[in-house]
Amino acid sequence: MPTQSSRAAARLMLSPTVVLLLIWMIVPLAFTLWFSLQRYNLLYPDRQGFNDFANYTRFVASPAFLAAITNTLILVLGVLIITVVLGTLIALLIDQPLWGQGAVRILVISPFFIMPPVAALIWKNMFMNPTNGLFAEAAKYLGLPPFDFLGQAPLASIILIVAWQWLPFATLILLTALQSLSSEELEAAEMDGASAAARFWYIMLPHLARSITVVILIQTIFLLGIFGEILVTTNGGPGTASTTLPYLIFKEALLDFDAGTAAAGGVVAVILANIVAIFLMRAIGKNLDS
Amino acid sequence: MARAVSTRRKSFNTAAAWSVAMLLFFPILWTILTSFKPEPQAVASPPVFLGFDWTWQNYIDVNQQRDYLRFFLNSVIIAVGSTLLGLVIAIPAAWSMAFVPGRRTKDLLMWMLSTKMMPAVGVLVPIYLIFKTLGLLDSRTGLVIVLTLMNLPIIVWMLYTYFKEIPGEILEAARMDGAGLKDEILYVLTPMAVPGIASTLLLNIILAWNEAFWTINLTVTDAAPLTKFITSFSSPQGLFYAKLSAASTMAIAPILILGWFSQKQLVRGLTFGAVK
Repeated sequence: MPTQSSRAAARLMLSPTVVLLLIWMIVPLAFTLWFSLQRYNLLYPDRQGFNDFANYTRFVASPAFLAAITNTLILVLGVLIITVVLGTLIALLIDQPLWGQGAVRILVISPFFIMPPVAALIWKNMFMNPTNGLFAEAAKYLGLPPFDFLGQAPLASIILIVAWQWLPFATLILLTALQSLSSEELEAAEMDGASAAARFWYIMLPHLARSITVVILIQTIFLLGIFGEILVTTNGGPGTASTTLPYLIFKEALLDFDAGTAAAGGVVAVILANIVAIFLMRAIGKNLDS
Repeated sequence: MARAVSTRRKSFNTAAAWSVAMLLFFPILWTILTSFKPEPQAVASPPVFLGFDWTWQNYIDVNQQRDYLRFFLNSVIIAVGSTLLGLVIAIPAAWSMAFVPGRRTKDLLMWMLSTKMMPAVGVLVPIYLIFKTLGLLDSRTGLVIVLTLMNLPIIVWMLYTYFKEIPGEILEAARMDGAGLKDEILYVLTPMAVPGIASTLLLNIILAWNEAFWTINLTVTDAAPLTKFITSFSSPQGLFYAKLSAASTMAIAPILILGWFSQKQLVRGLTFGAVK
């Protein structure tokens, strides 16, 4: 049983982390709220004062806003679907008896360690470039016209790049979960005449449910903030075709120097992220308790 | 799963799994190969796979023209610095939550994780302005501070899940034998906690190394790490594929190798012990 003194010591050791995180959470957010209500352009520092929520109305009413929300949702959902579905399939494959499983694991996990701007630049230039990228070469070889991936289908191309980065993560986690499944259970089901599909559906999938939840939670945290990939590939364009909420706010703040509107956008982003977070934390909390 | 299967079945599995693995790894392999090509052969049509004139020239050029080493050092200082600072702050916190859990420990942990949910852009403006006022823009100190705070919840969580597995009975036995709090930490806990701390260290260096929002937005040149270095290739120099590849290879190689060593720990670390 912890004694009185060890309780006091524990509180003492806990306090730096709690205090720092409180400051990190509250101070910038309070500033954001304050700026969001002010007229505040970095180019005209003398124009100040409250402006009756004009930053919010400007940000939300701009046509880019709706596009940014839609694009953010499509990006997150698209990557989640691809990584969870393909990740499950690849994990099932690697879990089979095969030669060189360790090496396969290392090759599969590698894209996860590539920093976002590098991943995006490799794909943008060496694969998706319509004149001399590898995809264009392949199209030429097949006698097809080259396709301008980032120009014609910018969001889909970015989803492909991001999915490539996160597929290894999903695969590795689902593989680890599969390997903890007892083989007796599967063998018993096999002897009872359960088909491969039935074994997957009734035994493996329920076993994977918890890991899939974890994959979705962690990926969502990171995917909502996707930024570097967009910055180096499309700059949010053409038009607003690949502008996400983080990129739109970045553009307002550091390209248009409109700190007030960017702050209003920041508040909107925080509210949206919290809505997502509440749902996710509830699902995760339930799943982790059991 | 150790089940007896026919060699034919196993060969088929092996071929399929290796194909998928090579497909996923191919962009990295292609980048490494291209980094050794002379510039004209890097854009040759049809592409050359291996039969090109291997050269180190791109690496030499990138180092001379772009001062790669400075960016690399910044990356090392920022990634390692923020991770070490984070560990110093987080170890006592994780220790106390794992061994002296209170009624609200679980809520506290969930709250810490929820701070990760706050999108970085939400606080870009104030952080940028605060940094500007304090003269922390484009400074390594500033980036170390931001990345430490950003990764602190993850560090606490990882350490917590590792510490949680150290059996409490050992501590009680030590206490019975008259070990004080200091002895308890120094001689009993530390040796058992080292593997967990080591994998937390490794994973967080990887996360901090690849962080591409704050490192790009809060730096110009002096403190710019490799993420910024690579961003400068986005256009139009990005069209020099061989040099882009050499720069990319240099930016990812250290962390790729570190990653290979830590991949066994990656799963439980990044899932906060929920998947082992």
